[in-house]
Amino acid sequence: MTGAQIAAKAATQTTVISRRSKKDTRRESGFALIMWGALAIICLSIAVLLTTIVVDGLPRFSMDLFTNQPSKVNPATSGIQSAILGTLYLMAITAALVIPVGIATAIYLEEYADSTKWFNRFIELNIQNLASVPSVVYGLLGLAFIVRGPLDLGPTLMAGGITLTLLVLPVVIIVAREAIRAVPPSIRDGALALGATKWQTIWKQVLPGSISGIATGVILALSRAIGETAPLIVIGAAVSPRFNPDGLGSAFTAMPVQIFAYSKDADTQFLELASATILVLMGLLLLMNSIAIYLRNRFEQKW
Amino acid sequence: MPEKTDTAESQITKPMDEQSASSSAHHEVSPHLEPKPAEAAASTEAIFDCKGVDVLYSGKLAVADVDAPIMKNEITALIGPSGCGKSTFLRCLNRMNDLIPGAEVRGSIVYHGQDLYAKDVDPVQVRKHIGMVFQKPNPFPKSVYENIAFGPKVVGMKGDMDEIVESALRRASLWDDVKDRLKDNAFGMSGGQQQRLCIARALAVQPDVLLMDEPCSALDPISTNRIEDLMLELKEDFSIVIVTHNMQQAARVSDKTAFFTVDMTGGESNRVGRLVEHDITEKIFTQPSDKRTEEYVTGKFG
Repeated sequence: MTGAQIAAKAATQTTVISRRSKKDTRRESGFALIMWGALAIICLSIAVLLTTIVVDGLPRFSMDLFTNQPSKVNPATSGIQSAILGTLYLMAITAALVIPVGIATAIYLEEYADSTKWFNRFIELNIQNLASVPSVVYGLLGLAFIVRGPLDLGPTLMAGGITLTLLVLPVVIIVAREAIRAVPPSIRDGALALGATKWQTIWKQVLPGSISGIATGVILALSRAIGETAPLIVIGAAVSPRFNPDGLGSAFTAMPVQIFAYSKDADTQFLELASATILVLMGLLLLMNSIAIYLRNRFEQKW
Repeated sequence: MPEKTDTAESQITKPMDEQSASSSAHHEVSPHLEPKPAEAAASTEAIFDCKGVDVLYSGKLAVADVDAPIMKNEITALIGPSGCGKSTFLRCLNRMNDLIPGAEVRGSIVYHGQDLYAKDVDPVQVRKHIGMVFQKPNPFPKSVYENIAFGPKVVGMKGDMDEIVESALRRASLWDDVKDRLKDNAFGMSGGQQQRLCIARALAVQPDVLLMDEPCSALDPISTNRIEDLMLELKEDFSIVIVTHNMQQAARVSDKTAFFTVDMTGGESNRVGRLVEHDITEKIFTQPSDKRTEEYVTGKFG
């Protein structure tokens, strides 16, 4: 029997299983088309973005970019050394602050807090909300309470680090809580039944079991922190400083701030510098996200 | 069981000495948990004496009025239909119920002459003496060696860790299976091996009592058999309380059996677990004194 014969027979025969309707087929391919369309929009915009940046920035992407200091007047000899160092310092300060505070808060909320008590639920709700507060608001908070006000640190690296810590703290807490919650209760029971104290159980079983999830979350949060521009501008990061930060109390700039400063200038040479800076920043972010993915795949605990 | 009494007699004194010597040498035991000499003489046989034990969850009665002495160097099986509170009662014996928010235990559970629920008793200290094995094997996601060594380390046992690990594994008759892969992750073992590892882990802190909450329910018959054999060996040195859904298992391994049932006289939403009968296993299975026990063991309900 040829295909045509089978088709002809099928058309005349009533079958038990009803044949695929034309309407269903059309609907299926319609959905597929919508999804492909959505994907195409993403791919296209990334492609355009990358091409523009690479075309504009690549000519300026040289050692000079890393060794020279920024300048407001002489684009030909400008670099971004103080901005790169500023970003690295900010990342270190933020990590040093957010890791202990974030993990400790997550442990409290998961292991100690009685979620039937109203204030614990209130704290939880607020952390969820804080994670979605616009970053410029954190900048204002930093300006009012850290740069000026009670802490009065001035527009320094430490002030920037604390502001970024506050910004990413809710995200770190949420991710760390999820990682801690993923450790099955039976592991805690097993440790406690051996005569371990609650703290020994958390320190020696729960945290090691959740550390890959926590580390992944922390790295992703840090990569958000170093990409932030608004809060740093609000707290008064320096623009194009020609000196490297030399301590926590030093004035500073960071890559996103420098990108903003360069891209405001009408001189196209400054625009090229901005693109080259974007390339450096994106390279750093890509590296951090790769580390996060590696950690997740390599150390993730299957229960 | 005619020879029962005289073997039991000889077992009492020997491990008793061993245990008190080892516990003072290895752990920093709170003074409250040492058997009081005056009462020790009166209760040489009973390791737990439970009187009027009620368990409440958020004020709601879950298990009511359990009176049961649990004997030393015996296996006591807790049987009964689902929801009769046998696991809940088991978890009272090492204060694991303390971990459940809203759980409350009333009445008295006297362990070696000391009330486990007295105000000055630290539940962490209780669990060093009274080990537990759970329904589903729950090894730590670490090596076989680290699984065993965790307990001795946290309770601060002194001595050569390699020896402690080896002796615990030998006692759980797991040594020959794992001696060449002590560094391998415990998650790679079979379910039966994992459960014996959990038993070995519990034994490593040198407890006095082993509580087992349906330890074989996730295992195949061969693994179950090995664990039952192991229990019979272990009762030489330990007292064992086992919750089981499997009546044949209770009949095979236990010396005493406690039958719990669900009391629904207060209505479906007020189910309360009660101890119906607690006696020599043979008697429970052949001539129980309560009709409900008879119906359960003969398979008429449950």
